[in-house]
Amino acid sequence: MTSVAATAHGAHAHHDDRSFVRKYIFSTDHKIIGIQFLFVSLFFLLVGGLLAMQMRWQLGFPGKPMPGGGILPETMAPGGVILPEYYIQLVTMHGTFMIFFAIMPLLVGVFANFLIPLKIGTHDMAFPRINMWSFWTFFIGGLVMLSSLFVPDGAARAGWTMYAPLSARHDYSGASIGQELWSVSIIFVGLSSILGSLNYITTIINNRAPGMTWFRMPLSVWSLFITAILGLLALPVLSGAVIMLLFDQIIGTHFFDPGAGGQALLWQHLFWFFGHPEVYILILPAMGMVSDIISNGSRKPIFGYHSMVFAIVAIAFLGWIVWGHHMFVSGMNPTLGSSFMVSTLVIAVPSAVKTFNWMGTMWRGNLRFHVPMLHAVAFVAMFVIGGLSGIFMAATPVDMQIHDTYFIVAHLHYVLFGGSLFALFGAITYWYPKMFGRLMNEGWGKVHFWLTFIFYNCVFFPMHITGMAGEMRRLYDPNQYTFLQPLQPIRVFISISAFLLFATQLIFFVNFWWSLWKGKKAPQNPWEDNGLEWSLPSPAPHGNWERVPNVYRGPYEFSSPQVAEDYLPQYKKLPTDREPAAASAATH
Amino acid sequence: MHWWLPPKASTFTGPIDGLFLAILIITGIAFVLVEVGLIWFVVKYRARPGRKAFYTHGNTRAEVIWTTIPAVTMVALGLISNHYWVQIKGRNSIPPNAYPIGVHAKQFEWQVTYPGADGKLGTADDFTVRNQLHVPVGRPIVVQLSSEDVIHSFYVPQFRVRQDVVPGMDIKAWFQATVPGTYELGCSQLCGLGHYRMRAQVFVQTQEDYDAWMKQAAQEASQ
Repeated sequence: MTSVAATAHGAHAHHDDRSFVRKYIFSTDHKIIGIQFLFVSLFFLLVGGLLAMQMRWQLGFPGKPMPGGGILPETMAPGGVILPEYYIQLVTMHGTFMIFFAIMPLLVGVFANFLIPLKIGTHDMAFPRINMWSFWTFFIGGLVMLSSLFVPDGAARAGWTMYAPLSARHDYSGASIGQELWSVSIIFVGLSSILGSLNYITTIINNRAPGMTWFRMPLSVWSLFITAILGLLALPVLSGAVIMLLFDQIIGTHFFDPGAGGQALLWQHLFWFFGHPEVYILILPAMGMVSDIISNGSRKPIFGYHSMVFAIVAIAFLGWIVWGHHMFVSGMNPTLGSSFMVSTLVIAVPSAVKTFNWMGTMWRGNLRFHVPMLHAVAFVAMFVIGGLSGIFMAATPVDMQIHDTYFIVAHLHYVLFGGSLFALFGAITYWYPKMFGRLMNEGWGKVHFWLTFIFYNCVFFPMHITGMAGEMRRLYDPNQYTFLQPLQPIRVFISISAFLLFATQLIFFVNFWWSLWKGKKAPQNPWEDNGLEWSLPSPAPHGNWERVPNVYRGPYEFSSPQVAEDYLPQYKKLPTDREPAAASAATH
Repeated sequence: MHWWLPPKASTFTGPIDGLFLAILIITGIAFVLVEVGLIWFVVKYRARPGRKAFYTHGNTRAEVIWTTIPAVTMVALGLISNHYWVQIKGRNSIPPNAYPIGVHAKQFEWQVTYPGADGKLGTADDFTVRNQLHVPVGRPIVVQLSSEDVIHSFYVPQFRVRQDVVPGMDIKAWFQATVPGTYELGCSQLCGLGHYRMRAQVFVQTQEDYDAWMKQAAQEASQ
């Protein structure tokens, strides 16, 4: 008990004399950097959503003037009617913003930064200045991408996957500066991720508090650690490929142009060699944070902790040998398709292990349905749908039929929205008090959750059906095809649901901003959790602890028979606990 | 309105639709198991005052069971799928007697080259038609795919056949239509601003009708 009080009070005593600029703008504090990532990537989430709404307008009401579309220039939507060339920009930029500027920075930029030092018990990242640069390179990349929406011939228009040679030659795509700005922006984002990953890995390996052994780390930290390894190895591949693409675009090389001896499929191999680990970058941190929240909400230790860790490692490892499943019908050697199919199907195993362990955690628990828990349970329910629908595409013969249809659109949104974004809503609500010292409103949080859950399913579940019927993705107007015309009522239903889903997100945004100033003051440990971050006051002060706490046990000791309360923090010393071996030697 | 896969019109529909159904059953069982379990737990174990959760860190036997069952299922599914994959797309899957048709994709149209009376591509009697694919029913067809510019994708939903058309590569895909009628060939790979309208009509005809059409079309093409 003494160590708890000592650390909490010690933190108060920490004097902070940095200037405003050093404190909030060019900050090297991991928490401020996390919060900077949070504001910027929530903005990009909004941008990505607005782009999606325009696509849904065109698909639901093709050729009709879009409400408010009159402000768009003639080259995009004359009289508010979306043009085909603008539609494919929307497709491209929606995917790009959501993946590179919303989901990825929200999961990694925000939570790896904010949580790692707090959860492993250290004052800051190993390389705080590199960490600052990780944010600012991301920010520059974001500005470049945003600016590409406003150049004369429009933004990039070859899909977020930028398949060459459409992306490599401007006479094919019809865009020029937009395509080049896309490449430049992604190079910045890649740099940002590499810098960040380097930092997270080093920090976790070297800076853990005394007693924080590898198998006492929360699953959120485990998943962020493995994610960082994926990022460090995958992003350089993307950066290299994009630099080649940029050379093709501006200095006349022909890496991807078959007309001059290049290879069109080379791009796909490079892109997906990055792209599939990227898929796991986009889901593993969500899985880790959901594990923390479900254990807390169930008031029960996580079921099968070691299996959960090994499942994260297995998913990450398998992530490197499945990229060819994006290319079953690409003209790649079909024998390769066979081996990629088997490795892909095997990923279902660690995914199933994780799902059953989350259920095992809830089994015989004492479930508290706070807003983060609602989102975490929804994550499990929705991730299962996304995971299972992936099996259809993994089976090569079935992929022949549903590849590049709305079936895959449904699948990826079940994983990225139903999975990652639900986890993010939960995680933001959960750690908000430690970031800002106030709680988000519970009632509005629940309203937001339920409406999102309902409209989300109304938007994305019917896409399975239109995909099965053969509706190709990225079509400006599916009614060009006779066999897709009868599906128009479904498209209208999806569009209206999408507008409602978007409107529902305003509840979250208002709750987020309102709570910053008017939210209920947060106690030190509002969720009665075990992690080290809850030993600090809310919000956590600069430098975190004066003296880092000692760690006496794993992170999930809920309902332990050793204590009367139903939680037992990692930093709480019981009379039977011995000081961790490293504590006496530590120089903190 | 369709609530299922498109109507069946080729020999691939048997194995592909069968596999689709098999996966739907397997995943359907897993889906119901998990979702019903979740709802059951949510209701049964909701917090009540004075109750404490059951303190456990897991169960090795349970871990072994729920690792093994998915592993065995997935490997079996992989083997079965591969059996059909080899038949449909394998390197030696194209029947030797398949009737050749050339399909050249360009932004944003399909140029279909027919072998003429001699049944061989690359001879003087070949002729080309835009956006019309005529095929005889009940006979293996091999389409020889090439692209003028970017990547396109050859997709006929009712045949369950899809193959990307890649510039710089000569890719062959085959199918055998089973039901005479009119279908649509679509491009399913984003290929530029006209991607959405890159479509062709597919006519599956009896051999006699096909021969008659080809004779007439060859004549028109030579004029």
